[in-house]
Amino acid sequence: MNYKDNGKVLQNRRIIDGAQLYDMLIECPEIAHNAEPGQIVHIACGEGTTLRRPISICETAGDCVRLCYEVRGKGTKWMAERREGDTVSLLGALGHGFTPRDGKVLLVGGGIGIYPLLSIGKTCQNAKALFGFRNVSLINSLELFENNGIETSVITDDGSSGRKGFVTELLRDELTAGGVSQVYVCGPKPMMAVVAKLCAGFGVDCQVSMEERMGCGVGACLACVCKTMFRDNEGAEGEKYKRVCVDGPVFDAKEIIWE
Amino acid sequence: MKAIDLSVNFAGVTLKNPVVTVSGTCGFGEEYAPFYKPSELGAIAVKGMTLAPRLGNPPPRIAETPAGILNSIGLQNPGVDAFVENELPRLKAEGACVIANISGSTIADYCKVAEILSETDVDFIEMNISCPNVKEGGVAFGTNAKTVNEITSEVKKHTNKPLIVKLSPNVTDITEMARAAEAGGANALSLINTLLGMRIDLKTRRPILHNNVGGLSGPAVFPVAVRMVWQVRNAVSLPLLGMGGIASAEDAIEMLIAGADAIGVGTAMFANPNLPMEIADGIAKYMEANSIEHVADISATVQPW
Repeated sequence: MNYKDNGKVLQNRRIIDGAQLYDMLIECPEIAHNAEPGQIVHIACGEGTTLRRPISICETAGDCVRLCYEVRGKGTKWMAERREGDTVSLLGALGHGFTPRDGKVLLVGGGIGIYPLLSIGKTCQNAKALFGFRNVSLINSLELFENNGIETSVITDDGSSGRKGFVTELLRDELTAGGVSQVYVCGPKPMMAVVAKLCAGFGVDCQVSMEERMGCGVGACLACVCKTMFRDNEGAEGEKYKRVCVDGPVFDAKEIIWE
Repeated sequence: MKAIDLSVNFAGVTLKNPVVTVSGTCGFGEEYAPFYKPSELGAIAVKGMTLAPRLGNPPPRIAETPAGILNSIGLQNPGVDAFVENELPRLKAEGACVIANISGSTIADYCKVAEILSETDVDFIEMNISCPNVKEGGVAFGTNAKTVNEITSEVKKHTNKPLIVKLSPNVTDITEMARAAEAGGANALSLINTLLGMRIDLKTRRPILHNNVGGLSGPAVFPVAVRMVWQVRNAVSLPLLGMGGIASAEDAIEMLIAGADAIGVGTAMFANPNLPMEIADGIAKYMEANSIEHVADISATVQPW
């Protein structure tokens, strides 16, 4: 079900000095109580924007949703300028989220891709987080995970903190060690493609959170699509563009055709 | 005064109000169900369909622009047979007035799709000869008066449904195309489709749309749409479905005054999914405040200088 709701901003704080990252808490009971891990809200960003902006829900807490986002353009700049008590129009919670799994699960996140993984990490009993950042100054929000009993391992592109390299290397080690029942991933597309391939190689299920430029958010306009493999009733394979806003944002990695 | 009557007679079909959601913005009607039922609209123009299913263009398919958007969906659709089998029965059972929007690569394709739909209970066929996002067909049929006339008269031979011809604004003189469609036997016209546009990412120097170019819609095109509806109103006697950038009841009333008999809402609904019903309410309030009984009494009442 999609709700249109006017939410009240309870907090909107800069997360770290070195980057335009913000942590916003919005009171919107109908959405907060119905949201599933990995779903998105579609936010109207004021004068001068024609489209809403899709933001993954980081977590829900009581009547609130937490949105962690990076300022990338006009819409997110408007969001960053909201103050405590301001009203924000949201559509949500939209789409198909992460499916919880028993056993050991891995949250694989890159940069701002770590935020959409918090809810599912909290839902699963035994989650471990593997996060990649460009450098030490961009490492943030680990406490959101650790406060919920989720162990975090961090790797940086330049080795300025932890191991030097990409998060896919941490994943390879974990998969090699074995015992992983499920991988959840969110981050840049090339990183997710490598994660999907690694998981397939080890025979471990992987759910990916996809991002695309979005229009309506309710599945009507067919703008926010990603290419997927599908089988028709006769078992013949074909390609199909699926909608990130309703069929996703979370897909089974095996479905996605990476380009 | 007497009660307000929001209904309009459009090419012989009664619409309960003049508000239509336009093709490509409202899927097959189910998607916006949490906000309004298709049966509450004057009509719903469903996603454009072709004879065979179409994959559509690779993403990105959408880009924001000042006061608008560019899109290049590329007519992704499940094909006319899937529409007739899976979508139409539900829409008709709900009581919706259905405008079936059709496209093709050849005139024969258009005729075949029209023929299939003629056997169903769709209320109108809307012929899209103005899609800027497909390589063959589409807008190629809509930018030459001789071709507009030919495709209209050919499709008319294959259908008993009221035929709406959707006009492209990407022409030197839209009245020429309107006259050609009228001469070809069109029962109504809808205008305007999107204006061809382009945006480029400064960092990568790549167009934002994977298709490089796409169709501009939203408030940016509204004055162009009003101008073209006014010109076409003065050129032909067919009923007009006016669309292009309508984002409020005021815009809708302006479009009616310019010459439209019914109005279409699309892009602005993405930000406000309640907009179609808000516009219907707004038109009713305007009529009440101005003691107007019938929507038709607003249409084409512009007083040019």
